[in-house]
Amino acid sequence: MIEGAKWRRWVFFYIPLGAFVVWLLFPFYWMVVTSVRPDSELYRPWMAPNYAPFWTAHPTLVHFTDLLTGTLFSTWMLNTLFIAGVSTLISLFCGLLAGYALSRLKFPFAGSLGTGIFITYLVPQTLLFIPLADVIRNFRLGDTPWALILTYPTFLIPFCTWLLMGYFKAIPRELEECARIDGATRWKAMVYIVFPIAVPGILSAGIFAFTLSWNEFIYALVFLSSPEQKTVPVGVTSELVRGDVFYWGQLMAGALLGSIPVALIYSFFVEHYVAGITGSVKG
Amino acid sequence: MARVVIRDLNKKFDAAHAVKDVNLEIRDREFVVLVGPSGCGKTTTLRMVAGLESITSGQVLIGDRVVNELPPMDRDIAMVFQNYALYPHMSVYDNMAFGLKMRRFSRGEIEQRVQEAAEILGIEDYLRRKPRQLSGGQRQRVALGRAIVRHPQVFLFDEPLSNLDAKLRVQMRVELKKIHDRLGTTAIYVTHDQVEAMTLGDRVVVMKDGLVQQVGEPLELYNTPANRFVAGFIGSPAMNFATVQVTEADGALWFANEGIRIKLPAKIGARLRGRVGEQVTFGIRPEDLRIASGGDPTELGFEAVVEVIEKLGSQILLDVKVGSSMMVAAVEPTVRAQVRDRLRLTLNPERLHFFDARSEAAI
Amino acid sequence: MALSQTATTRAYVATPRRGPVTRLLEDERWLAALLLLPTVILLGLFIAYPFVKGVLLAVTDSRVGVPGKFVGLQNFVALWHDSIFHVAVWNTFVYTAVATAFKLALGLWLALLLNRHFIGKAFTRAFILLPFIIPTVLSTFAWKWMFDPTFSVINWTLYQLGLIHSRINWLGDPDLALISVIIVNVWRGVPFYAISLLAGLQTVNPELQEAAAIDGARPWQRFWHITWPLLLPVTMVVTLFSIIQTFADFQLVYVLTGGGPANATQLFATYAYQVGVGTGLLSEGAAISLAMFPVLLVVVIVQLLYIRRVEVH
Repeated sequence: MIEGAKWRRWVFFYIPLGAFVVWLLFPFYWMVVTSVRPDSELYRPWMAPNYAPFWTAHPTLVHFTDLLTGTLFSTWMLNTLFIAGVSTLISLFCGLLAGYALSRLKFPFAGSLGTGIFITYLVPQTLLFIPLADVIRNFRLGDTPWALILTYPTFLIPFCTWLLMGYFKAIPRELEECARIDGATRWKAMVYIVFPIAVPGILSAGIFAFTLSWNEFIYALVFLSSPEQKTVPVGVTSELVRGDVFYWGQLMAGALLGSIPVALIYSFFVEHYVAGITGSVKG
Repeated sequence: MARVVIRDLNKKFDAAHAVKDVNLEIRDREFVVLVGPSGCGKTTTLRMVAGLESITSGQVLIGDRVVNELPPMDRDIAMVFQNYALYPHMSVYDNMAFGLKMRRFSRGEIEQRVQEAAEILGIEDYLRRKPRQLSGGQRQRVALGRAIVRHPQVFLFDEPLSNLDAKLRVQMRVELKKIHDRLGTTAIYVTHDQVEAMTLGDRVVVMKDGLVQQVGEPLELYNTPANRFVAGFIGSPAMNFATVQVTEADGALWFANEGIRIKLPAKIGARLRGRVGEQVTFGIRPEDLRIASGGDPTELGFEAVVEVIEKLGSQILLDVKVGSSMMVAAVEPTVRAQVRDRLRLTLNPERLHFFDARSEAAI
Repeated sequence: MALSQTATTRAYVATPRRGPVTRLLEDERWLAALLLLPTVILLGLFIAYPFVKGVLLAVTDSRVGVPGKFVGLQNFVALWHDSIFHVAVWNTFVYTAVATAFKLALGLWLALLLNRHFIGKAFTRAFILLPFIIPTVLSTFAWKWMFDPTFSVINWTLYQLGLIHSRINWLGDPDLALISVIIVNVWRGVPFYAISLLAGLQTVNPELQEAAAIDGARPWQRFWHITWPLLLPVTMVVTLFSIIQTFADFQLVYVLTGGGPANATQLFATYAYQVGVGTGLLSEGAAISLAMFPVLLVVVIVQLLYIRRVEVH
């Protein structure tokens, strides 16, 4: 607790905290307000006398309906859901197996492989996107969701592996040894004993992977060209700007809707998110 | 039920030679205890029998079958771990049923066996609970139950009582003995506690630094330890040791150092005949020392000064200074003594131990 | 003795016949190989292989649709003389350094504030992670709208408060653009730092703080001498991670300014995109991307060394 007078508490705690919260959350408020503001109010310069930024007297859903009927937004949502979902599943699968192998089994080159996987996590997408585009083209995956479903795991798997390794290490070896003496093969001990106990970790990793997939931009931008194939981030960026004109109402509506799946998952699994961040940082 | 034979067993971890040429034959239905300080190789040996540790050289036979290459699941053994190793996400029932499920037993058989084991251990009421809802003692019983349902050829125990508090430990010790008597399964038990070893084992194997020091029934180890280490490890409080010189005088053999001068009785004298003029290590257990009374022969006693008195109720431990070294004497609780008292102690001539000063082997 | 009677049902005990696959998978090394196979294939195909290809691209003169021939370090030499590239390099370093410094400072401050008990703590903690959770591109658009010179709510607020008298062109003014972009990056990154550092703070034993307080240490001293050293490992990991991500950042700048005005916000990644994808000069674009590698490598090595050192202790 901050010792001392009440004013101290206000100056050193409530005000700074309040300022942070406002600063961090205001853009989202702005997104919401803008998406329900009619165009006539929207395009009012800030120096005009009747500029009323923080609320609107005539809320409207026209931007949302225009977005959903006039653009391919719903297609983008489905694309993104599909891509994020499948990428997450692939990464969890690989991450579970790799994490188990690296944290529980002894084999030559274990250390180097672990370091190698860790290093690939640190290779940013912006370093690889040009030659990778070539590889995608060679494999004939260009402009299909598979271009992303197969490349997203490159940054999802290392993260999942690392996170799950932390959870595995906390599970005592004796549990598996006991299972093996009881009659289980190594594989069965892994699947029936270790994995069930690591479920919280699997949830954290899965949620994080989904969020990271949803957030990815440059691969989606470079590998997808037809409007029907695009993901939400790319679609919103490229298709909602016609000529030099930004359709801000629809843009904000799109930004809002596009954030909902991730925000929903987040709201249900906040603890797992925090556990995921702290786990990856401490591990 | 089966016998276990360990032949020339060795284990090396990179440079460390953890288990050296261990040879043991554990008979069918026998309860053998491996005991020794940390790092002596007892747990590694057990794990090699279980198949959790690979064997560098040598053989392990269970039921006359070489099992070196067999994975743990095929060795027909069951193990109880120090930390119980209960599967936290399963109920007690499922914990006990796991091994049977892995071996494709029918539902009915599993139900029957689990109930049977639960009755033996008194845990029928807990079958639906999860491990985290149980106390330490209850968890240990479940771990035992899990081993029992399998009807294995051999039970392996890895310090199963170390995590229990003292009172519970004594209780469980008695229970374990009762269960072994009832089931009769061959058992190998590892512990660092010599009291557990002495009370539970049909035979006890003392190990140190990877080598077997002595194998024998508990009383054998107590009465005739093979070397100084076993003599000092078995028995509490530990045996007193002193370096003494063997001399000859008046036609008899004596041994002495600066604090004591004792005449060797004829029987023992014969063993030390070849060592006149040499230094040997002399050992006497605290319980074999007594306050001298008028009738005790002077050549079997020595002077000592009391430094610390420990009253245990059933006996009194006197930490005394003899010459320039310390000894412990365990005497009757009725003895009246004060710190700094000078007294005369006499020793039991039947219970003298001697060890070679260099090799530490018993003479 | 019930158990001895079941001796005859020992049919299960005889060594079960184990198939060759089962036996193989009991061996740690073979099992590990199988478990790691999918990962190795995916990472090999889509990271290692493209990386090598990237290096090869950078030393040829390929364009879209036109395979190139080997030209040695010609692309890199060209970059060395390219003034835009110089600007991009400078911008990236400034961007990374300034943003990281602010993220660390503000994140730490926020973490310290959150480390106290107050009503609505759980809610607050949950809400402030939103900038990190919501897709970057989408929240960046909100900022773009907020920065729009004609319609900016920020301008309006500052005007109402009497702090400015004419419009501020946040993204169009070459002197302000980089600052604006940094502001958005910091906004996005502070929650991540705050939550991570908060986790680190919570592992610091409060008894240490209390003992120091009894010893007479003031809050600032307590922080500097007790909390900060214990927080260092987490701080290092978070910061090094963040540096790599910030250095290679693309989305923010692409949406806000596209690299302009007049390359004022051009970064490695945006320039590589512009050259490689925008104008189709694949090799030169690849060279720009690769130019990031040395710096990233140094950061990665520092991080690995640091982790090794911490693990040893």
